[in-house]
Amino acid sequence: MSQTGNQPPTNRPPTTADVSPPGAVPEGVEAKVGGFRIQADSLRAYTMIIALVAIWLFFQWKTISPQFPYGLFLHPNNFSNLLQQMAVTGVLAVGMLLVIVAGQIDLSVGSVVGLAGGAAAMMQEPGGLFGALGAAMVVGIIIGAVQGSLISYANIPAFIVTLGGLLAWRGVILGLSKGATIPVRQPFFRELGVGKLPQSAGVVLALIAIAAVVFLTISRNRARRRHGLTVPGVGVTALGIIVPTLLIVAFIYLMNSGNNPGLPVPVLVLLAVAILGAFLTQNTTFGRYLYAIGGNPDAARLSGINIRRYILAAYCVLGLLVGVASLLHTGRVGSASPDAGTYMELDAIAACVIGGTSLMGGRGTVSGAVVGALIMASLDNGMSLLNVENYTQYIVKGAVLVAAVGFDMLGRRKS
Amino acid sequence: MSTNAETRTPLLEMREITKTFPGVRALDGVSFDLHAGELHALVGENGAGKSTLMKVLGGVYPHGSYGGEVLIDGEVRRFASVRDAENAGVAVIFQELSLIKELTIGENIFLGREPNRFGIIRWEELYSRAQKLLDELNLHLDPRTPVGHLGIGQQQLVEIAKALSQEARILVLDEPTAALADAEVETLFGILRKLGERGVGMIYISHKLDEVFRMSDRITVLRDGRTVGTRPSKELDESRVIALMVGREVGDIFPEAEHERGEVVFEARGFTVEDPNVSGKLLVRDVGFKVRRGEVLGIAGLMGAGRSELLMAIFGAWPGRVAGETYVEGERVRITRPSDAIRHGVGFVTEDRKRFGLVLDQTILNNMTLASLRRLSGRFVTDVDAEAAAGERARKDLRVKANSVFTIVGTLSGGNQQKVVLAKWLLTNPRVLFLDEPTRGIDVGAKQEIYAQINRLAKEGLAIVLVSSELPEVLGLSDRVMVLHEGRVTGEFRREEASPEAVMACATGHTQRAA
Repeated sequence: MSQTGNQPPTNRPPTTADVSPPGAVPEGVEAKVGGFRIQADSLRAYTMIIALVAIWLFFQWKTISPQFPYGLFLHPNNFSNLLQQMAVTGVLAVGMLLVIVAGQIDLSVGSVVGLAGGAAAMMQEPGGLFGALGAAMVVGIIIGAVQGSLISYANIPAFIVTLGGLLAWRGVILGLSKGATIPVRQPFFRELGVGKLPQSAGVVLALIAIAAVVFLTISRNRARRRHGLTVPGVGVTALGIIVPTLLIVAFIYLMNSGNNPGLPVPVLVLLAVAILGAFLTQNTTFGRYLYAIGGNPDAARLSGINIRRYILAAYCVLGLLVGVASLLHTGRVGSASPDAGTYMELDAIAACVIGGTSLMGGRGTVSGAVVGALIMASLDNGMSLLNVENYTQYIVKGAVLVAAVGFDMLGRRKS
Repeated sequence: MSTNAETRTPLLEMREITKTFPGVRALDGVSFDLHAGELHALVGENGAGKSTLMKVLGGVYPHGSYGGEVLIDGEVRRFASVRDAENAGVAVIFQELSLIKELTIGENIFLGREPNRFGIIRWEELYSRAQKLLDELNLHLDPRTPVGHLGIGQQQLVEIAKALSQEARILVLDEPTAALADAEVETLFGILRKLGERGVGMIYISHKLDEVFRMSDRITVLRDGRTVGTRPSKELDESRVIALMVGREVGDIFPEAEHERGEVVFEARGFTVEDPNVSGKLLVRDVGFKVRRGEVLGIAGLMGAGRSELLMAIFGAWPGRVAGETYVEGERVRITRPSDAIRHGVGFVTEDRKRFGLVLDQTILNNMTLASLRRLSGRFVTDVDAEAAAGERARKDLRVKANSVFTIVGTLSGGNQQKVVLAKWLLTNPRVLFLDEPTRGIDVGAKQEIYAQINRLAKEGLAIVLVSSELPEVLGLSDRVMVLHEGRVTGEFRREEASPEAVMACATGHTQRAA
C-alpha cells in the first residue's frame, strides 16, 4: 500500500512482451511458455491484491455489530492495531526478501530477533538509549556477517548455517539472560513499539510524500526526454500522481481518526524500511546484482559480479533489519524474554512467498513481500476478532501459504 | 566380426528419421541399419545429428516426437521411454556417464532391476551376478566397490557390464575412449570384439578416425542432419571420410570482408588448463595466440579439443588450475576473475546462452547492462533512464526483434537472445571479444545477422576470437584459423590457405603439413 508512488521500473505492465514482435522468429513452445508466464506474473500481482481486499471485506462483514454498523475490522481503532502487529514481520520480510532473491535463505531470524532484543534490553543500563538501540543493530549485523561469510566463503549451504543459527543463537540468549525477562525502561524504546505520531506530524509527512511523488514523476519524465526515450502523456502522468496522492490522503485520514489517533511509530519505521528496500532492490547495482545472482549465478559470475561479496552484503543488510525488527518487537511487548521471536523466520519467509517471491531465487519484490506480510497480519487479526480458536488460526495460515504457492505453480505450469 | 549378413534381416533399422527442434531441423530423413555382431561407426562434425539420432534410438525422444520408423528384428518399435528401449535390448552409453558414484558397482549394474523377493533385495544374488558379469569382461573388480572409487575408464566398463546385464543386443557407445588411457582403450576394444562374436550389434560414435578404422565394419557419415553415405570401412580411408564430413560448399552466406588489421591488441601465452575434477589431467597444454585490431581469429577443433576451456581460463572464469600469461596492448595484465578481464577490455560471449549468458526471467535491458552496470549507470545508485537509452541504442544497432528493452529475455527466439548476449558484451566497451559458439541452435537467418555483426565489429577495429564447431563458419569469418586437438595446437592457417580438409585433418589429430 505504501509502494504506489515507488513502482519499480521492472514492474511496468509487460503487455508488450507477449505480442509476437513483427518478423521475430517464432520459437514454438518456448515463446508460448514465456508469454504465458508473463501473463501469470501480472495475474499473480492482481490476485494478491484481490485476495487482500477479499480478506478485508470478509472480516469487515463478519465484524458488523450494533456498535460498529460498518464493521470493526477496517475501523481505525482496529486497523491501526493490525498495522502495528504487522510491522515486525514486514521489516523482517523486506530483509528476508534480499537473501531469498539471491537464492539463499535465513532460518535464524527469529532467534536473532530474540538475541538482539535481549542485547538491547541489557544495554539500557550501561549504554543508555543509544547503547540499547545500537546494541540490537550491531548484534544483527555481526550475526549476519558471520552467517553470510560461512555461506559465501566457506560454501556451507545457507539452510544448514542458519538452521544451526536458529538453535545456537537461542542458546546464547538463554545463557546470557539466565532465563529472565528484562523489562524495557527507556521511554523512547517503548515508543518505538507502541508510540503514535501527533496528528499534525502525520499530515506533514503525508504532504511531504505527495510532494515527493509529484517531484519524482516530473523529474523522471524530464530524464526520459533527455535520454530520448518516449515520455508518458499528460493523462498517464496525472494518473501517476493522483492515484498515489489519494491513497496517501486516505491512509493518513484513517490513521488520524479513531479513539487513539496518530500514525503508529512502528508503521512509520516499516514504511521507511520498505521504501529504502524498494530503492535498494530496484535502483542500485547491489539490488540488481542480487536478482542476477539468484536468477542465474553462472551468468552473473561470468559478467564480472563478485557473487560471494554480494551474498555476504545481503546477509549484513538482513542482519541490520533484524536488529530494527527486534527493537520494534521488544518495544511493543515491553520486555525482552528469552523466547521472543520464536517462529518469526517462518512468518517472514511466508510473507515473501505469499508476495510472489520464488525460493529458487531471482524473483520477488519488496512491495510483494510487504503485501504478503499484510495478508498474514490481516488473517491473524481478523480471526482473533472473530474469536476463532487458536488451532484453527494455525491451520488457516498454513493452508493459505500452501494455496498461494499452489496457485502460482498452476499459473506457471509449462504447456 | 563378420558382416556377410546382408541377406538377413538387420538387427536394427532406422528409416527416414526426422527430428526438428524449434527453428532447427536436427535430423532430416536419416536412415541407418545395424547387423548382429557388427560394429558400425557413426561419424560427423559436432552438430551433425549423431547424438540426436542415438537419442531417438534410446527412447530419450519418445515415439511421436520424431518422424520415421525404428525397426528391431524387422518389427516396428515405438519407444515411449528409455526403459522401453532398454527392454527391447538397446543400451546407450552416453559420454556423460549415468552411474551413481555413491552406490557400489553391483548396485549400479542392477539399479531399478534389483533381484528381489517381495521387494526385499537379495544381495547375495545381486553381487554374485555382478561378479559374473565383471569376470566375463575380464575386469578384476569387487562388485561391492563404490563406483566413485573407480577411474573414469573403469566406470565406462561398468556401464558396459550394466548394458550386458540388461541383455542388450544393440550397444551404442558415444565417444567411449574420450576419457580413457591407452591401456584402457585396449581393454575396451578387447571387450567390444568379444561382444561382436556374441552377436551384439554396436554403434560407435567417435571423432578419432584411427580408432574408427581399426574397429569398425562399416562407417556412416552424417552431415547437417543427413546421411552422406554408408560404406564398408575397407572401401574408405581417412581423407575420404574427412571429405565426406566437411564436403559442403562454404556458401556465400558469409559476407566477403577484408579486415584492416592493426597492431596486436591481445596476446595469450603458454596457457595450460587442468581439469578441476581430475587432478593432473590437462585439457589445454601450452596454447597461446595473438589477435590484432580488426582481426578475426578462428579457433577450430572438435568436441573436447579444449577451446572453451582455453577461453574460460584466459577470462579468469575456469574453476581449476591455470597457468599462462595475458598481454593487453603489449602490457602484462593479471586476470584472476571475470571482473579483471572486463576491466582490461576483454569481452566473452560464452557458449550456451541459457546456462552461462542470460538471466532468462529478466528484461532485455537488465541482461544487456549486467556486465557494465557500474559504468553505464552509476557505482551504487542506478540511473534507469541512462541505462534504457544505452540499451535501446544497442537493441537498434543489433536489431533485436522485440517491442522494447523491457521484454523478458526468456520469451525471445534463440537468435534474438544471442544478440542480447552480444549487446551485453559490447556495452562493456571491449578491445577484444571472445565468441564461443555464437550461432549454436539459431536459425539460418539469425546466423547471417550475427555474421554481419561480427564483420561490422571487426571493421570497426575490434579484435575477435571466434570459437565454433561449424567449420564453414570458422573458415568464412576468420582472417586466421588456429586448430586445436586434445588441448594442443595442431595447425594454424591464414584465410587463403585454410581448406576444410586441411583444417579437419588437424582437428582429428594430424599435425599440419608443411605448406
